[in-house]
Amino acid sequence: MLSDGGFWIVQILNSLQLAMLLFLLSVGLTVIFGLMNFVNLAHGSLYAAGALIGYSVSMWTGSVWWAYLLAPVAVMALGWALYGLVIDRMRKAGPMNQVLVTFGLIFVLMDVQRYIWGTDQVGVQNAPFSGSIEILGQIYPEYRLFIIAVGLGVFALLYLSLEYTRLGAEVRAGVDDAETASCLGVNVERTFLIVFLIGCALAGLAGAVALPAFSAEAGMGIAILIPTLVVVVVGGLGSLTGALAGSLLIATTLTFGQVFLPKFAGILMYALLVVILLVRPQGLFPARS
Amino acid sequence: MLKTRTGAALVAALAAAAVALPAKAAEYKVGLLVPLSGVYAGLGNHIENGFNLGIEHFGSELGEHTITLERADTEANPASTLGKAKKMVLQDKVDVLTGIVSSAVLGALRDFVHQSQTPLVVANAGNDEATGKDCTPYIIRVSFSNAQVNRPMGTWMANKGIKKVYLMAPDYAAGHQMMNTFRKSFTEAGGEIVGEAYPPLQGTNDYGPYLAAAQAANPDAIFTFFAGSAAIAFVKQYKDFGIGKDIPLYGSGFLTSAAYVHVQGEAADGVTASLHYVPTIDTAENKRFQEAYQAKHEGKLGSEFAVAGYDAARLIIEAIKMSGGDKKALAENLRKVEFTGPRGPLSIDPATNNVVQNVYIFRNDFKDGKVTQTVLDTIPDVQDPPNGCKMM
Repeated sequence: MLSDGGFWIVQILNSLQLAMLLFLLSVGLTVIFGLMNFVNLAHGSLYAAGALIGYSVSMWTGSVWWAYLLAPVAVMALGWALYGLVIDRMRKAGPMNQVLVTFGLIFVLMDVQRYIWGTDQVGVQNAPFSGSIEILGQIYPEYRLFIIAVGLGVFALLYLSLEYTRLGAEVRAGVDDAETASCLGVNVERTFLIVFLIGCALAGLAGAVALPAFSAEAGMGIAILIPTLVVVVVGGLGSLTGALAGSLLIATTLTFGQVFLPKFAGILMYALLVVILLVRPQGLFPARS
Repeated sequence: MLKTRTGAALVAALAAAAVALPAKAAEYKVGLLVPLSGVYAGLGNHIENGFNLGIEHFGSELGEHTITLERADTEANPASTLGKAKKMVLQDKVDVLTGIVSSAVLGALRDFVHQSQTPLVVANAGNDEATGKDCTPYIIRVSFSNAQVNRPMGTWMANKGIKKVYLMAPDYAAGHQMMNTFRKSFTEAGGEIVGEAYPPLQGTNDYGPYLAAAQAANPDAIFTFFAGSAAIAFVKQYKDFGIGKDIPLYGSGFLTSAAYVHVQGEAADGVTASLHYVPTIDTAENKRFQEAYQAKHEGKLGSEFAVAGYDAARLIIEAIKMSGGDKKALAENLRKVEFTGPRGPLSIDPATNNVVQNVYIFRNDFKDGKVTQTVLDTIPDVQDPPNGCKMM
């Protein structure tokens, strides 16, 4: 097994695929966190909403491509509603209240999802790239390569917009020092809303992309929340590079832990978290240095 | 003198009437404890749907007795369920409890049920101890035990010439119980276990890393237990990684449950599993159940969970009929009920109070865009050994 090159390639691709899913989820969370010090624990519920809406869209249109397109938009709209109803009011309420309120939101959103989609698992059959290809004698699902491509594409897009657009400059300034940025004429409130909505859309995209591979059900957002939060903390708050690095690190740990130390796979992630917090309490690539 | 004697006679007659009255028409209260929220809400829904259909089909046989239903949400939470069960028994005065999806919840209720002498008809929770070393005359299980549905498969696979098997199940009590039972019967019949893995129950449903490791162990077959969204992900990924071409997938029947096999679709093709119920059983009882269930629930198949609810309702009704209004006899009579339901003949083993039933070995076939389940073999009247059960 260990000397088999194909085995290593498959496991590395598995790590990458999980990393990209975690990246799509954590990047929104971390930038929202970093920009406004806002903790949105209901982020995982938006992932579930993306998968469930994606399911309905693909049933309705007969194509999963529409789900990739419409689910992020719908989740963004949901995020906007949440922002207006709850999050904007909780902005100044302090981290404890934010955690409690958004934790409560998880259950509200789960019940809403259960009311609309029922309690059974749902899934789609007609996904693109449903075949497999052979890599060094090992069969690998094409769909997982597609997930990797989506993740890398989103990273590239986010990186370019952060580095080369005005919005990117405002975000970087806002994360660095919100007060100074505000004095320099940056509308931090508006920037925050836009970043928040993009984060929601990415969570929705992650859900829609995960749907064909993993199926969907109300409440699926809770399980994914913990590795996502670990990624945010490990990577460093508010940092795009951190989100990518954290995702890669956690996904690799989970994947290879499952292969070589199956009995400890569940706790390896937390062990890594503890080590990184001891060595670098601010995370690997903190936005504010 | 005459007056007092008449008075006494009148009082005696009234007293006799008061005693005799419940024997004529008794009102039974049933407490239904199923999760309607939390991770097991889907199963709770299936059981409740089945239970309601059972009441509808068999309730009219009760004559002048009546059944009323109290329901509470167990949320798969042992502590809060114990509180709700106590309220049902002590305050609402229910005569019998039923439901219970999670084995942990069943474990938490065990002592209370035993001490309060309230019979509990279990409609899911399969932990072996509940009808083994923790058994009590007041816990009657109408669903299955983890050992019961997997033991026949070990013998069956070994007899089919499968020599080397790799095991995989989620890392919790039910996963280990199912694998241990399979391992025992499979190795006793001459098979060999070449490796095993127990992924965490919660977290990501990504089994790619485990599948590659299992494949590398080069077994003749993989035997697994997964349920719910984990089962969907596992079966899909098994196909996506192309493992099924060389290494066929076998499992406990929950792997391809009627509740979600349509979501697995083509990926379920060829997966062979064992369970106490398959929707394709060709009997009048099953046909009646499936037709009524599908008519009520948008064409969805009645799953093994719905059947457990359905049979729990029928078991309680049959026991009430046998008791003739005597509530004290109910617990004893629940253990004596026998009938043929959707899954075939069913009785309660007096030694353990676990159900005695057929186990079906079936293959999933994907045809015309749908998965149908073909019964390959029926192992009749599967009964668990007492496993330390001393009925007291």
